[in-house]
Amino acid sequence: MKKLSNSLLNMTVVLTATAIVTGGLLAFVNSVTEGPIKEVNEQATKDGIVKVMGGNPNIKTKTDSVKIDDKTFVVYNVTDENGNAIGNAVESTTMGFGGDLKVLTGFDAEGNILGYTILGHAETPGLGAKATDWFQKGGKGDIIGKNPAKNNLTVSKDGGEVDAITASTITSRAFLKAVNEAYTASAQAAPATDCNTQATVAAADSVNANVEEAK
Amino acid sequence: MKRYIDILLNGLVKENPVFVLVLGMCPTLATTSSAINGLSMGLATCFVLICSNLVISLIKNITPDKVHIPVYICIIATFVTVLQMLLAAYVPEVNASLGIFIPLIVVNCIILGRAESFASKHGPLESIFDGIGIGLGFAFALTLLGGCREFLGTGKIFDLTVFPEDFGALMFVLPPGAFITLGFLTAIVNKIRGVKN
Repeated sequence: MKKLSNSLLNMTVVLTATAIVTGGLLAFVNSVTEGPIKEVNEQATKDGIVKVMGGNPNIKTKTDSVKIDDKTFVVYNVTDENGNAIGNAVESTTMGFGGDLKVLTGFDAEGNILGYTILGHAETPGLGAKATDWFQKGGKGDIIGKNPAKNNLTVSKDGGEVDAITASTITSRAFLKAVNEAYTASAQAAPATDCNTQATVAAADSVNANVEEAK
Repeated sequence: MKRYIDILLNGLVKENPVFVLVLGMCPTLATTSSAINGLSMGLATCFVLICSNLVISLIKNITPDKVHIPVYICIIATFVTVLQMLLAAYVPEVNASLGIFIPLIVVNCIILGRAESFASKHGPLESIFDGIGIGLGFAFALTLLGGCREFLGTGKIFDLTVFPEDFGALMFVLPPGAFITLGFLTAIVNKIRGVKN
């Protein structure tokens, strides 16, 4: 078969046909995978919340959002199966060494850290990537049970009380910044028992007021 | 049949995309921090290469010369997007570890290179074999590179500990290690192939 000539009509028809066929194929695959992708993401978030809130798999969550300056934080108000408040789990993102460092931190009603998990990171394997275990209970930089309002959660180099990951101070700083920001957002969000109030106060002084309250 | 085996071996050994053609260096260097990452990236590229080679060899005669590049790119981009959606839906771990490098398969020069130099001149069956050969050659090279880096850097291969992590030279997991390892592996491959200056 001879090749089609370069006439304007041929080129237009071929390009249009290509666009329609590929577009149709993409729409079809998207409609098939949309559901599973959503489920995967929801499951990942749910597993993360269960992990940072003490491991009870029957928790119920309500999603809230808090805006501080220009950053928006997603706050999950968590209650157990009987409706008793456990606390808040907060997603926060800071700039790590290799890119965005996304952390989910769980706080109880007093603001003590119940647990954390790293949802996404681009840190160096073998160095900054150790953050997934370093700050856990029993780790060298254990932050579990500490309260950002009472404890100075910065690296010891900056005068704080947390041991930074060896040779990864930037990652450690970014991680602790994320935890502190999460705490601020959690303190500002509605308490876990009162899930329907939307807290979107942006001013910095009200943040301080909340921190005082939490103390 | 012998012809197809020749095409297959051509991609795997004689024209190995990484060690011989030196194509697709960006994903080669960036994704091979561990053997499993290298393997996933290689297989993902292999899938796109087989599909795009097949479709392009089928439509090569109804594509006017002046618009063949946009048509090819459109086809390649479609397969990459399909692949990304499938990975995100059914193997989220792979999708998370390869991240941005999946969409970048679109601009991997191996794929357009094979479309131009092979699929647009050969029949569908031969093009599929070329896709399998080159794709597996790429996957093999990436796995080898990733395996060497993971072993030297962390003392593990496919997450199995060979020696304690503390003795590893971490540099091999970092970008400079990619260049050094690739250089040595290419030299070794050239030695085996008997290339002289």
